[in-house]
Amino acid sequence: MYKIVEKKILAPNIYLMDVEAPRIAKSAQPGQFIIVRADEKSERIPLTICDYNREKGTITIVFQVVGSSTMKMSKLEAEDYFQDFVGPLGQPSEFIHENIEELKKKSIVFVAGGVGTAPVYPQVKWLNSLGIKADVIVGSKSKEFLILEEEMRKEAGNLYITTDDGSYGNKGLVTEVLKNLIENENKKYDVVVAIGPMIMMKFVAKLTKEYGIKTVVSLNTLMVDGTGMCGACRVTVGGHTKFTCVDGPEFDGHLVDFEEAMRRQTMYKTEEGKQFLEQQEREEGHICHVGLGGEK
Amino acid sequence: MDRLKKTPVKEQDAHERIKNFNEVSLGYSEEEAVNEASRCLNCKNPLCVSDCPVSISIPKFIQCIKERNFKKAAEIINEASSLPAICGRVCPQETQCEGKCILGIKGEPVSIGKLERFIGDWSRENNIDLSIKCEKKNKKIAVIGGGPAGLTCAGDLAKIGYDVTIFEALHEPGGVLVYGIPEFRLPKDTVVKHEIENVKKLGVKIETDVIIGKTVTIDELMEEEGFSAIFIGSGAGLPKFMGIPGENYNGVFSANEFLTRNNLMKAFRKDYDTPIKVGMKVAVVGGGNVAMDAARTARRLGAEVHIVYRRSEEELPARKEEIHHAKEEGIIFDLLTNPVEILADEKGWVKAMKCIRMELGEPDASGRRRPIEIKDSEFIMEVDTVIMSLGTSPNPLIASTTKGLEANKWGCICADEETGITSREGVFAGGDAVTGAATVILAMEAGKKAAKAIDELLMKKKK
Repeated sequence: MYKIVEKKILAPNIYLMDVEAPRIAKSAQPGQFIIVRADEKSERIPLTICDYNREKGTITIVFQVVGSSTMKMSKLEAEDYFQDFVGPLGQPSEFIHENIEELKKKSIVFVAGGVGTAPVYPQVKWLNSLGIKADVIVGSKSKEFLILEEEMRKEAGNLYITTDDGSYGNKGLVTEVLKNLIENENKKYDVVVAIGPMIMMKFVAKLTKEYGIKTVVSLNTLMVDGTGMCGACRVTVGGHTKFTCVDGPEFDGHLVDFEEAMRRQTMYKTEEGKQFLEQQEREEGHICHVGLGGEK
Repeated sequence: MDRLKKTPVKEQDAHERIKNFNEVSLGYSEEEAVNEASRCLNCKNPLCVSDCPVSISIPKFIQCIKERNFKKAAEIINEASSLPAICGRVCPQETQCEGKCILGIKGEPVSIGKLERFIGDWSRENNIDLSIKCEKKNKKIAVIGGGPAGLTCAGDLAKIGYDVTIFEALHEPGGVLVYGIPEFRLPKDTVVKHEIENVKKLGVKIETDVIIGKTVTIDELMEEEGFSAIFIGSGAGLPKFMGIPGENYNGVFSANEFLTRNNLMKAFRKDYDTPIKVGMKVAVVGGGNVAMDAARTARRLGAEVHIVYRRSEEELPARKEEIHHAKEEGIIFDLLTNPVEILADEKGWVKAMKCIRMELGEPDASGRRRPIEIKDSEFIMEVDTVIMSLGTSPNPLIASTTKGLEANKWGCICADEETGITSREGVFAGGDAVTGAATVILAMEAGKKAAKAIDELLMKKKK
């Protein structure tokens, strides 16, 4: 059992939790993920590590309620326990393996969409600890759903915020901000790292391909075990089948077959949506949830 | 009683059992067990024992059953194996103990497996304590993987006083016993959990949710956490795909994913959250025990199920008993057939499989006749779900994160067959991690041998 030592509500339906997991905190690296199981009957859910504290032995996760299992998780409070918490899984960000001097010469921009801001954070923080200031573009539905703004501002070079409805920062999509920076602000980026909904990563990769800028994406596929034993998370990268949980989650965005990846994400959509609706109805009486979306 | 005929075992009716996940074979009653035990000739030089990988004193425990001394029978088995209720159910006895039984020459061999299972079940139902008190040795040993190899190795080491910790990657120990073999062959909550509890009663600690090579490395266990020796029993859990076009369409699964969702995550139960998707018509590609398990699981979830296998019935690698059960349950066998492409509808969901007919040529290196494609024999088989059951190989994670540990080109850890000794001092390995996918009982044999070798090494160091 894994103790929740802190819980914060960052935005409507978006939660942050610090979880006691000393072994994972000791070995975690930016870019990796964990798998959590709320209780005996829950599914195993993959979540990218948002932060880690090796001294305290804690891992920070951020999740959005999109289905019955994340709903269960959101009901837990500080001092409660998760049944299972496994990791760190996947490959660390490739920055970790790079020569620091080479890395310092690079101009890096992160593009974060929605809860994708959480997995961007540890990478920006890690770079900053080496004196590398990366630019960060954060896209959010509205001001209300913007998360980790202060934390990010401390670690990033320039922070550009954009909202779909214009309630804060720019109005519009992250791709428009990126395009503007490259074309009008004369930014010369060597690497773009995009983390967010699959559709956002697809369009960022499409844009950067035009400019020939190397682009890394972190895929959020369906997963079961997260250790390479089932292939539920398989994706096609450069024509080869890869398992996101062991070969990824980060891949070259210009080589990922996004159409296939998005299609595979919908595999259990009906079951998941149905269960979620049933549970909400039970708990809150009938509420209409037409257009219920979100990603795992 | 006809000495040449087995005492039959009661089974759930095929029409009933395809509607549930309850165990198919109901096992012997006391009377039936005693009856079957009395067929044993109690050979002076018992051949059955020599073909049991863990060398259970078979005639001895069977004589105890005959005398109705079931507790004594349990103690005799316990000297060699801590998992009788499991082995009695899943061992391929026809090629092991029962294959060598003298009665099998003129008639049917003694049902050794069913008798072992009877004793395992009887000790559980009667709360028999088989734990052994011994002097503690004050040395820590880590066992990587809570499957049959690891459980056996850990149990044997604990029995002689070592402080053993099993590290398991999944949230439950048992390995293939919990995620692979279905409920209807091996009940989890009663049989598997109980036998794992017995291993814990010997003093073995089990840490779940620990992935060696990620959460902690073998080097850290030895250098920082004070483990004197390590046994790697991490199995062969990496699924193979065919590499044909269309394998990533929605509705194509590895047997590992399909079975893990159903067995470990209990997707077949409404009160568990993990979903499982099975269509109206399912093709399971492959012919091993895992293919039979996947096919029979899909059948129970309500589908019409086809086994698609490229050789003929004679070459099916699955146990005869499993094939027989599958047929009774209405599984259709499409033999000498091989998929060449998976076809999907406009939304990317599987709608059919393009297959080719095969014929058998000359025997290949493995001694089995090689399947050859018949030219221009392609045809379309309409299915909406495909489950690939083509075998598995070891996960390269441990070998790639442990200094000085050699693995071969298939990812199998190089280890001595008799002792489990690897290229790294103090590190032993056995089971599927070394051999590639094999059987539960062979993994237990490897765990047993390694436990003996670990003890020898540590005793020698002490001197």
